[in-house]
Amino acid sequence: MARIGVFVCHCGENIGRTVDAAAVAAAASKFSGVVHAVDYKYMCSDPGQNLIRQAIKEKRLTGVVVAACSPRMHEPTFRRATAESGVNPFLCEMANVREHCSWVHENREEATAKAIDLVRVIVEKVKRNQPLVPIKVPVTRRALVIGGGIAGIQAALDIANGGHEVILVEKDPSIGGHMAQLSETFPTLDCSQCILTPRMVEVAQHPKIKLYVYSEVEEVKGFIGNFEVKIRRKATSVNNALCTGCGACQAACVVKKVPSEFNRGLGSRTAIYSPFLQAVPNKPVIDQENCLRYKAAQKKGIPPVESTVCGKCLQACPIAPQKAVDFSLWQDTFVTEKVGAIVVATGFDLPPLSTYGEYGAGKYADVIDGMQFERLASASGPTQGAMKRPSDGKEPKEVVFIQCVGSRDNARGCAYCSKICCMYTAKHTMLYKHKVHDGKASVFYMDVRAAGKDYDEFWRRAVEEDGAQYLRGRVSKVYKRGDKLIVKGVDTLSGELVEIKADMVVLATAIVAQRGAERLAQRLSIAYDMNKFLSEAHPKLRPVETNTAGIFLAGACQAPKDIPDTVAQASGAASKVQGLFSSQELARDPTVAHVNEAACVACWYCADCCPYGAIEKKEIRDKKGNLIKMVASVNEGVCQGCGLCAATCRSKSVELDGFKDEQVYAEIVAL
Amino acid sequence: MEHKEQKDQVSAQRVWQPKVIAFVCNWCTYAGADLAGTSRIKYDANIRVIRLPCTGRIDPLFVIKAFEQGADGVLVSGCHPGDCHYNTGNYHARRRWTLFRELLEFVGIDLRRVQFAWVSAAEGAKWAEVVNEMVQHVRELGPFEGYHVMLARSGRDAWLEKAAAGGGNGSGKGVAGGTPAVQKAE
Repeated sequence: MARIGVFVCHCGENIGRTVDAAAVAAAASKFSGVVHAVDYKYMCSDPGQNLIRQAIKEKRLTGVVVAACSPRMHEPTFRRATAESGVNPFLCEMANVREHCSWVHENREEATAKAIDLVRVIVEKVKRNQPLVPIKVPVTRRALVIGGGIAGIQAALDIANGGHEVILVEKDPSIGGHMAQLSETFPTLDCSQCILTPRMVEVAQHPKIKLYVYSEVEEVKGFIGNFEVKIRRKATSVNNALCTGCGACQAACVVKKVPSEFNRGLGSRTAIYSPFLQAVPNKPVIDQENCLRYKAAQKKGIPPVESTVCGKCLQACPIAPQKAVDFSLWQDTFVTEKVGAIVVATGFDLPPLSTYGEYGAGKYADVIDGMQFERLASASGPTQGAMKRPSDGKEPKEVVFIQCVGSRDNARGCAYCSKICCMYTAKHTMLYKHKVHDGKASVFYMDVRAAGKDYDEFWRRAVEEDGAQYLRGRVSKVYKRGDKLIVKGVDTLSGELVEIKADMVVLATAIVAQRGAERLAQRLSIAYDMNKFLSEAHPKLRPVETNTAGIFLAGACQAPKDIPDTVAQASGAASKVQGLFSSQELARDPTVAHVNEAACVACWYCADCCPYGAIEKKEIRDKKGNLIKMVASVNEGVCQGCGLCAATCRSKSVELDGFKDEQVYAEIVAL
Repeated sequence: MEHKEQKDQVSAQRVWQPKVIAFVCNWCTYAGADLAGTSRIKYDANIRVIRLPCTGRIDPLFVIKAFEQGADGVLVSGCHPGDCHYNTGNYHARRRWTLFRELLEFVGIDLRRVQFAWVSAAEGAKWAEVVNEMVQHVRELGPFEGYHVMLARSGRDAWLEKAAAGGGNGSGKGVAGGTPAVQKAE
């Protein structure tokens, strides 16, 4: 006979307010098989867990049902408590009476009735649960980091310094990400490149880090400890083993007017290019869309190596006898790597300027976004750091900064705060004033959000020491009159309409998810939110893990973040990876499928539908070795426990542990 | 007189509450329902959720069993196409579901009682909407008695009773047209 204990949690008032926990416990005590039922204020606390431990011993419980929060929250906690008292942890299950009941219903009577139902369902399931033993799988102690911005760099260095191999994949020709584009950083105003480039070099020289730039993750197979990743290495048309990064090819290239991505369109680059002087690795790539030879070859339908068009870069390459520029390297190649853990650090993106037409963005050259301002202010930028406006190169004497452009604006699809704009706008006003002493900087803001160490002091400095004028209000329109940009807005504190004749307008545009984040998330089987930012496993308690074991998050791919937070999260993800790599073997969830060999008719429907190829064909032979029949067999190391096979099997020969037909039917009947 | 009729109707409605059973996947919809909870989005209390790893685990017989056990509506919900935690489980579920719905319609079940919805882990509000809409439909349709009428017509219950009375194992393995009954737990 089953001896089930039911433990109903009040969760302070979270459950108790709408669900009568005592009534639930009283009702549960009458269910068949339940020998013990109690309620308690905080079941997850130590005294609460002790109630479970004691009851298991005193009442000789064979199963535990905890009616509390979501199993996604505390199932491991209660399973551990159960295991400590000598009962198999898989005989403990949770009824979700908080997220699915007390928090979403208001009527106490209805909510209590529902909670009783939910407990009954789980009691019936637990009565049919069987002890399961975690499956041991080996761990490949090698990590993949996707994205070579500051998050990926930090994670890669931390893991590599911990003694494990790292594969770092970056989609651009150089690592560095957005941080490499910044001029100076808040709240210290130290030069971004000065703190970043040494790290980039460290990555390139680290014996444990294998760097794949100009590459993208194409396919991910496997599971925690045992991933197999296919990486697309985009064709660079340059033999990196020979190239010295002298730059002769770039100087010779005749295509000179390609807008530079690194300078966010403010400067131009050549078709064979390295994004910036401090690039790591400092080896150029040929942009096939803009190279004359590639374009001509594509028109003729021949490989570029057979074309004779242009070829100036090839002629200019001083490497002999074999040139480093090599048009035979025109096709993407693929490599497959085995890794045990993955850190996703793909960062953020910025919307195209033309999104914000009401501010004249995309229409007037002198309406720029924050990143373009960074490039204007940067010593490595198109103006070598001189403050010159894009349209005519004049020094702007009056600059208007507009905050919350797109952010905190549901109509624009970004209901969220982009978090870093208040701070970088304050920084921009300072950088501007430091370069143009007699200039005037005005900021239109909604609120100034400067929470963080030394942050509030920083923006106050912009106002009090550098004289930035902060106007609380929105801008309705920006238009051109003569060579001035007229900014019409309102100062809600004085209640007056404001009109400023500006020379340049800087928009603090929303931070949006990286393009293709959704596709990558699907390849990795991880979740993303409605803004396409990747989802952490728990917003408070598991901020660097995803819901897929072995895959971790770092940086702005999860949500808009500043550099300190990004680096902290990257180190957090790296330490999670190192924790995972601290053992040779890994205990995996034993929720896997099993085949009843006597009933299997070898139709292979299960094998056809299995997303992991976990179904193998097994021969059944008699004593003499004659083949009697073939049956399906599940490879436990590969099976992920989705249960597709169980639902597909025509002869009902496949069962999924933990979700057997018998258990599910019992749940249905209990309702 | 008219007033009394109305009153009767109202009290009848109070007595009957729709029972809607939802089969959801662990990774998207269950998490979405959790999000509705953490966001304190209120919805109808007439929903009971059964958690499965994936919508691909849902055997169409689960739905039949739910109706047999007195459900007035069944909701199936999982990850959006392309987002399945198990890569392709929801595609299999969708195919199975398309065929199965046709079959249900063929045997005379109002399809408003069986709904399929994609609800991701980020869509707490959508979950609340889907539940409210579903419960609303079922409320309008009233109690679902079609299955039991069908059973009575097929004579299965009578057969079962006879089998039970005759000492046979009537509640054992599935009978043609029905679903496997639950075996008593140890």
